[in-house]
Amino acid sequence: MSSAALRRPALTSSFGPYLVAGAVFLFLGAFLIIPVLKVIQVAFQDPATGSLTLVNFQDFFASTLFRQSFFNSLYVASMSVVFASAVALPLAYLTTRFNFSGSVVIQTLAFVPLIMPPFIGAVAMQLLFGSNGSLNLLLRNHFGVTLPIMEGLNGVIFVQSLHYFPFILINLSASLRNIDRSMEEAAQMLGSSGLRLFRRIVFPLAMPGYIAGASLVFVKVFDDLGTPLLLNVNTMLAPQAYLRISSVGISDPMGYVISCILILFSIFAMWVSFLGMRGKDYSTTQKGGGGLAKRDLRPYEAALCYLVVLSILAIVLAPHLGLLLLSFGTIWSFSVLPDGYTLAHYETALTSAWGFIQNTLLYAGLAGLIDIILGTAIAYVVMRTGVIGRKWLDYIAMAALAVPGVVLGIGYLRVFYSVEMPGSGQPLATWWGIIVIALAVRRLPYALRSCTAALQQISPSLEEASENLGASKFATVRRIVIPLMAGGLVAGFVTSFATAAVELSATIMLVASERDAPLAYGLYLFMQSAAGRGPGAALGIIAVIIVGLATYFSHRLIDNARRSRTDVANNGGGH
Amino acid sequence: MPTQSRNHFRKLGLGIAAVALLAASQVARAADDRLVVVTSFPSDLTDVFKTAFMKEHPSITVEVVNKGTSSGVKYLIETKDNNQSDIFWASAPDAFEVLKGQGLLASYSKEVDGIPTDLNGYPINDPEGKYLGFALSGYGMMWNTRYMEAFNVPVPKEWDDLEKAEYHGHVGLSSPSRSGTTHLTIETILQGEGWEEGWNTVKAISGNAKTITERSFGVPDGVNSGSFGIGIVIDFFGFSSKASGFPVEFAYPSVTALVPANIGVVTNAPNEGPAQKFIDFLVSEKGQALLFDPKIMRLPVNQNAYKGAPEGLPNPFDGTIKTEVQFDSEASERRYNVVNSLFDVMITYRLEDLRQATAAIQAAEKALAEAGGDNAEVKGMIEEARALVNKLPVDAEQAMDADFNAIFTVERKEADTKVEGRQAEIEQQWDTMVVENYQKARELAEQAKAKL
Repeated sequence: MSSAALRRPALTSSFGPYLVAGAVFLFLGAFLIIPVLKVIQVAFQDPATGSLTLVNFQDFFASTLFRQSFFNSLYVASMSVVFASAVALPLAYLTTRFNFSGSVVIQTLAFVPLIMPPFIGAVAMQLLFGSNGSLNLLLRNHFGVTLPIMEGLNGVIFVQSLHYFPFILINLSASLRNIDRSMEEAAQMLGSSGLRLFRRIVFPLAMPGYIAGASLVFVKVFDDLGTPLLLNVNTMLAPQAYLRISSVGISDPMGYVISCILILFSIFAMWVSFLGMRGKDYSTTQKGGGGLAKRDLRPYEAALCYLVVLSILAIVLAPHLGLLLLSFGTIWSFSVLPDGYTLAHYETALTSAWGFIQNTLLYAGLAGLIDIILGTAIAYVVMRTGVIGRKWLDYIAMAALAVPGVVLGIGYLRVFYSVEMPGSGQPLATWWGIIVIALAVRRLPYALRSCTAALQQISPSLEEASENLGASKFATVRRIVIPLMAGGLVAGFVTSFATAAVELSATIMLVASERDAPLAYGLYLFMQSAAGRGPGAALGIIAVIIVGLATYFSHRLIDNARRSRTDVANNGGGH
Repeated sequence: MPTQSRNHFRKLGLGIAAVALLAASQVARAADDRLVVVTSFPSDLTDVFKTAFMKEHPSITVEVVNKGTSSGVKYLIETKDNNQSDIFWASAPDAFEVLKGQGLLASYSKEVDGIPTDLNGYPINDPEGKYLGFALSGYGMMWNTRYMEAFNVPVPKEWDDLEKAEYHGHVGLSSPSRSGTTHLTIETILQGEGWEEGWNTVKAISGNAKTITERSFGVPDGVNSGSFGIGIVIDFFGFSSKASGFPVEFAYPSVTALVPANIGVVTNAPNEGPAQKFIDFLVSEKGQALLFDPKIMRLPVNQNAYKGAPEGLPNPFDGTIKTEVQFDSEASERRYNVVNSLFDVMITYRLEDLRQATAAIQAAEKALAEAGGDNAEVKGMIEEARALVNKLPVDAEQAMDADFNAIFTVERKEADTKVEGRQAEIEQQWDTMVVENYQKARELAEQAKAKL
């Protein structure tokens, strides 16, 4: 169905877009809207009689705890955007503007924070930054003070900023690379340079990427429950919803009410970011230049840049360093470093988890593929066609960000368990493909934002020119639009793939047999027993390496593609 | 450009082919006699039994699906119309009660030599024959020896010890609504000390808490890491952590209850025969002895199995573990939801307020003791502050009331149960009262201290 979605524009220009939009809508309807409605309908039912009512929403706003949680979530999400920007801006600027050895490595490493394996990541963070972690043990022993880094709302902001800044970095870098060099040259000829050039020309042109990243960070932090749970902060909305939905025996409708509110607020936040972009045109027609001019650095500048980049990387990669130590350490308890080192954990992890690793590659790869196909289709329909209600496709897809994994998992069981697989007669919900679709739906927002940002930077006049020259709509999309969007597509694929590789909350509901289980499930198994901590950490490191390699090769791919394009342009080939 | 894009397509094609190959390898495997076990136990435990069982019955392939207690229960409920699971295997008896209530457990019982019908009055197998106990668990405290030494904190012996000021900020526990085992611990304290006194103890301990973890395993994890020093845990978490090499110790306080961990056959199990064989194996003397594996360390229900017990593991049948409480599972079941909700409203969600009030009271008491301890006015103020913290929005009678409990469940067991009010509404009333009382208690304690 999804590959058909791409081919559809080849049909008549008035009919085609509706077909694509319809196909995407059917997909979202079947795998997002219906399953979620099946679960959260409880929010609209009177708990006593089961009749339709809004009394639960009234209760939400009447509750001091929920109001407080709402404002805490809002505060944390906003502050995280500020701090994440502060981390991402210098990295994006330095690596795209200057000839900087190892830019690709930096881009890849800076991406790693997104891949924080569930549970074990939390343990590593506590062992490093917790109140009795390495840092505070050193501080207490030598200076008699401690830093409450991992406490309360500020702790959440700290961890979230480190965790999610790659969203801004990836999308902003893709945008910066897509800016036409001639824009910059024109500004330089008119006498602009340095920071002023960046502030007035470069950054505004890269705005689609920044907004895409920042809105993702905002909505993601607002809806995220992993980090607050890790820090045991539960006066925020997402943990409140989760704690109420997943507690034993109780089915408190408030959990579902909060889910509704999270979904509505995420759509609202996306709408605001649309408003901010409205009426502005970020596309440039010429695509000969292939990104900004890269300047060589003077030695002292290079030294300064390295200092900035390395210190940022040191902070953002610290949790993974902790994870690495944990995976090699024997026992690490209330001490600065582990007591001893061993390779045994990797042996355990690899022998018992090889199947999980294979499954993860398959599931996350397929999910990423589905996501960029759907993402491109949605972005194209929203920005290039006049389909009525097209924005809603975007809003609905983004709403997936706010749906707790548990809710989606239960929804899938409810909708697809009674449907039999053609052939085997097994329930559809126990088929591994359902896990892939769940992952794809949950990670679609990431790919969608990247695809949208990429398309925003391409001028429609390029497509018009192609069609004037006689190319069909399909040929135009395939030969002009997709190649020009390549950077954004890879960014989207990588984000979806990487985050899908460590997803747990929906998969754990859907895993019906161990041989179909992905890596995150294997991690969960390990992290339920004291002896499993080391192998769990080893498995976490393996996950990080797999995703890191995938990212690195994707970056290499864009870099090579761009270089060959630039070469062609410089040799007078052009388009 | 054309050659290049063809090149890209070829790469894409290769990628898709690789993915397809992986996909095909997924389908290729199949088994003749299967057994699907849904469990909350870690693979450390399940693997041992799976391997040993498959050695005895080579024709049966055991598939373990690990879900966690609450996800497992939800999974079985959601999939009951087309059930594919054979066995549910988990600790908390409450989870089995929930499943039994929904008619999701099939009857199966087994008489085994060496397994008594009850332990100190608590039945080992479900009297209605829907599930069987296979291991005993007691609740107690585990602590990190390095942590205790660094902070110079003495080892606690009884629950009451954890109320003392010297333990402020050093304790970790989970919430009963999140963790079936914590629910049993809290319920044990409530039954052992009575509703009001029990809650006073629970609040005083929680007021010293560093954190309320979101899942049961968060507590031993925190103690193992040294995030906090003392954790309230089920015994095997302590034993297995120690066996894994962590610098931790575990002890039972005198008020504890031994409760069985259970296993049961799911209604309409597709492989009922293999399921019953698995249970037979689990409760046999041979199966029971596997519980002594250093990574498992649970107490068998079969007395005969203790012949091979490792050193240091107590035998509950010879009185090594003192249990002053006879656990009343019916009472626990009746007020199940109220206890969970009360704990979360009074403690989990308002931990910071509770901690500050507790710290203020402890500071005032310390100042009073240093000043000689005979200032009656200050003493009165401190008592008043403590009473404010301890105030409960629900009395013992109301907590047992079926109609009141029904507010906290969406699916009601009987249609004629009267429900007045909604959970959110009631929790809001509790919350207002609790926050106000904690605030007042703190101010009062601070005033009391200022008077010295």
